[in-house]
Amino acid sequence: MAWFKRSQGLPEGPKKNIPDGVWVKCDSCGEILYRKELTRQGDVCPKCRHHFRIPSKAFIELLLDADTVKEFDANLTPSDPLQFKDTAKYADRITKSLAQSGLTDAIRCVSGSLSGHHVQLGVMDFGFMGGSVGAVVGEKLVRAIYRAADNQNALVTISCSGGMRMQEGLFSLMQMAKVSAALVRLSRAKQPYISIMANPTTGGTTASFAMLGDINIAEPRALICFAGPRVIKQTIGQDLPPGFQSSEFLLEKGFLDLIVERTQLKATLANLIGLLKGEPE
Amino acid sequence: MNRVTLAFEKPIKELEDKIDELERMAHGGQIGIDSEITKLRIKADKLREEIFSRLDRWQMVQLARHPQRPYTLDYIKHISPNFIELHGDRLFRDDFAIVAGIGNWCNRRVAIIGQQKGRGTKENILRNFGMPHPEGYRKALRIMRLAEKFNMPLVTLIDTPGAYPGLGAEERGQASAIAENLYAMAELKIPSVAVVIGEGGSGGALALGVSDKVFMLQYSIYSVISPEGCASILWRDATKAQLAAEALRITAPDLHGFGLVDGIIEEPFGGAHNDPLAIAKSVESTVSRALDDLLGLEPENRIDLRIQKFGKMGQWIEK
Ligand SMILES: [Zn+2]
Repeated sequence: MAWFKRSQGLPEGPKKNIPDGVWVKCDSCGEILYRKELTRQGDVCPKCRHHFRIPSKAFIELLLDADTVKEFDANLTPSDPLQFKDTAKYADRITKSLAQSGLTDAIRCVSGSLSGHHVQLGVMDFGFMGGSVGAVVGEKLVRAIYRAADNQNALVTISCSGGMRMQEGLFSLMQMAKVSAALVRLSRAKQPYISIMANPTTGGTTASFAMLGDINIAEPRALICFAGPRVIKQTIGQDLPPGFQSSEFLLEKGFLDLIVERTQLKATLANLIGLLKGEPE
Repeated sequence: MNRVTLAFEKPIKELEDKIDELERMAHGGQIGIDSEITKLRIKADKLREEIFSRLDRWQMVQLARHPQRPYTLDYIKHISPNFIELHGDRLFRDDFAIVAGIGNWCNRRVAIIGQQKGRGTKENILRNFGMPHPEGYRKALRIMRLAEKFNMPLVTLIDTPGAYPGLGAEERGQASAIAENLYAMAELKIPSVAVVIGEGGSGGALALGVSDKVFMLQYSIYSVISPEGCASILWRDATKAQLAAEALRITAPDLHGFGLVDGIIEEPFGGAHNDPLAIAKSVESTVSRALDDLLGLEPENRIDLRIQKFGKMGQWIEK
């Protein structure tokens, strides 16, 4: 458990999703954007509203008051219970990911003040092995859930994940059960759970805690699914219609409460938590 | 019904064919071959014992997927003669990939839910090869709630390659349906016992598996992803499934060793399909004993222990 020093801010997360430099090209519309301006806008393209993928650190800075942020369980790192080896050893992949990402696994769990509401916040990081869920993510989420239940805090998660981490075998599948079961305790403590899905949220992540929010929110135009387009194509040999499995599609089909632009996320969360908890802002 | 022979069983099959041949000759009046038959029988038994004593993981996958392996309805037929199947999720349709209903289990009222594979092409199409759609999981959830209301323990039999990955399944919320079941099972007031009878395919299996006690049959498998799926992603080559099966550690002894399942139910010699009645008896008594133990606990205590059990799963380094 470590306090963040105000002067240092949060430790650096992965940056490779957004190229550094003065100018950035929008992945979606091709517009050339001024880096600093893009950051100021929450990494949302001012022209087409494309939401760039951002690291956990950026989400935390976006949502919580910096001087209230406290990170938990940053000392947990993955182990290799299966001694798994495909074309490379999982142990080597872990070492490489730890070094390259500057993260300890695919989630960062913090507490802090969101417009005056003390919340527990778990933010997944696609920069660590595709945001895959293994035992560290599961354990950190469960601890965050229990902190929320014990301290009467709302829980907010931001998913950005390719699903379960198959290198941890059935241990990873069981994280779906582990986290979902822990949410029973939060529900009994009558604390709100707000699940936010960023691009992409797929596989077992979607099929467990991401879909179990009291309120389910997605960022615009995120891919949200159980089976990804590639798996479906392999299985039934069919290409998916455009927009299938997008946030907008899921909202239409009834699986989301809201789609919220990143720039509106903090205000929306504050409003929701205030209403659900009966706390004035 | 002709027995299906798996590739690794071929040497045994050859000996058995030879024995059959000799027996026909003996009936035909040829004398002096009885001792030859006995010798071959001993040899065949020895060979089978030898082969089955050192099965690799891929061979266990073949047994778990054996086309003659007993399926959910076979167990129900032997164990619960008064079983009544109940249909539909009351929302969209009835999914034949999941069988759900109520009946007796060793003189105790229970709800029984399991994925159901088909035998032969026609039934497999009807059953969607045991791959449920969201409505299947919602039917299961409906029957779990029914069981809870009438205080009947829940027995689930797990046997699926996975939840179906298709357009309709996605459109109707496969992820949400699975997630809701995980949560609902975690807070059920009734005791629950799950048995992986064949394939435990990922989230589609776990959606019936958040139970107080989870058993695996000796030659069943339980995995986060199919060996083929894993091979096509990590090796970029689906034919490397055998390697993936080894790496994923998906057999009952592996997973019991990791503490991820509570027990192993031994199968008849050569696999469950060799004696469906015997394996049904073993499943019946193992589940019944587990329910006896669980019914000795208060519901709230059971729920706590269930949440704690899954809460302990996972290994990590904490410095
Ligand atoms: Zn743009």
